[in-house]
Amino acid sequence: MKKVAVVGVGSTKFSGPQEKTEVELFSEAASDAIAASNLRPSDIKALFMGNALGDFDEGQGMVQAYAAENIGCRNVPANRYEGACASASMAVRDAFIWVASGFYDIVLAGGAERAATMGTGLATRTFAMFSDSRYEFPSGVTFPAVFAMLAHLYSDKYKIPLPKLREQMARVSIQSYNHGSVNPKAQFFGKNADMPVEKVLGSFVVCAPLTLHDCCPFSDGASAVVLASEEAAKKLTAKPVFITGIGQASSGPLITQGDYLPRIRAREISSKQAYDMAGLKPGDIDICELHDCFSIASLIAAEGMGFFDFGTAGEAWEQGWADIGGKVAVNPSGGLKSKGHPIGATGAGQVYEIVRQLREEVEPERQVPGAKIGMTDTLGGDGGTLVDMILQRGW
Amino acid sequence: MEYTLISKTYNEALKQDKLLGLKCKDCGAVTVPPAMACRQCAGQEMDIVEVKGDGRIRTFTTVFVTSEGRESEVPYVIVLVELDEGPWLMGNLEGIDPNTASMELIGKKVKMGHKVFPGDKYSAGEGVSPLFTLVE
Repeated sequence: MKKVAVVGVGSTKFSGPQEKTEVELFSEAASDAIAASNLRPSDIKALFMGNALGDFDEGQGMVQAYAAENIGCRNVPANRYEGACASASMAVRDAFIWVASGFYDIVLAGGAERAATMGTGLATRTFAMFSDSRYEFPSGVTFPAVFAMLAHLYSDKYKIPLPKLREQMARVSIQSYNHGSVNPKAQFFGKNADMPVEKVLGSFVVCAPLTLHDCCPFSDGASAVVLASEEAAKKLTAKPVFITGIGQASSGPLITQGDYLPRIRAREISSKQAYDMAGLKPGDIDICELHDCFSIASLIAAEGMGFFDFGTAGEAWEQGWADIGGKVAVNPSGGLKSKGHPIGATGAGQVYEIVRQLREEVEPERQVPGAKIGMTDTLGGDGGTLVDMILQRGW
Repeated sequence: MEYTLISKTYNEALKQDKLLGLKCKDCGAVTVPPAMACRQCAGQEMDIVEVKGDGRIRTFTTVFVTSEGRESEVPYVIVLVELDEGPWLMGNLEGIDPNTASMELIGKKVKMGHKVFPGDKYSAGEGVSPLFTLVE
């Protein structure tokens, strides 16, 4: 198996509803990634693109083929990945495998989504398609409802009184808002910094106990990365970022995960695969972009990846152990909560952030000093798809 | 290999307040809702059995913002119930004010009826969900 490096990355700003199509958004991110890799579109051998709901976002199917043509990657094989919110991470992971195998030397991977363009009603309906349509949706389940139920379950299982847990969850949102407020690519850039706990707790309730500020926004945006074999990467960049560990696992609908909840078994399998492959432990990770679609989701993710003991992640956020300067810097981009969550692009957006952090290219206010090892964690649906990846400096 | 208990058959029974499950010939575990393979041991030899539908609430939420087309239903309570036989089901809870749902619901005993979701343009027809009520 060959070593595989990320050589260049690109991303649009993540935002609320805007006018560019998914092909246009992805073309911008991809062209930036290709240019940053000192390549031309004709050098790309294959294109792997995450896009979860393009059919509903804008009535566009087979977006990956049209994106390839649009960018100038003429006639290359182009694959679309749908794994709900983990779609782009599936695309990056598969791109890794194809380059590692030696079949392709240079592959473009990423994703695009216009979830915000759908508006709250249709977006809520289509996101609920990632629950079981026969055995869960008839009860009126939505994505916030899933994580609201996990929050109550978490409170009950770990014996943390709900008011205390809600304060800890608020700390997660506040940290993410602070980092996103200084990230120009973030949906909430320049907004929501230093939000008081009372404002998080007092905003309107979406699904009890989750308020508006516990939930990530619907977002439009695209991100892309270029992966190359070690040999090809040497000629393209002085700062290759190697993907040294990957993992992916699946689960059935939420109800079939039963007694394991609020832990997400697929995450524990997926992250272990990534750690084992990289020969690393959770304590080795300097920086992590993890799947904080809801504040409670951050606590569940950080524990599932092994950063903190089960039932203690809320305390970690309170103490700053999950912040820059702590044990592991979680979501210095602002995460899904503040950077935004264009679901088909989110995983590639996480890789974009880790690569730029390891290269020390981000804004000084949110740069993790000396970060050498980074990790991404992306959750699709309510644990149906999990992808974890570890990235390391190659210089 | 033919599917033993398809969702249509399962839902038709649920509409008669009969909960069907699949009992594994290998390990004896009961799988609800139906699947091709036993959720315990992945064995594919299973017999259709009737399950009582009694259980306890493991978690809940009250929904205030919902999907397009279902706005008239809010607020409503969704629960995850662990059946006495082991499997978990998702359904609604009736008989309480959704605005007062609290952590005290967790652990409470429930019994099961059903509710028909008439369907929307994406759902390929109607759906049926368990409708739970608290047991005094």
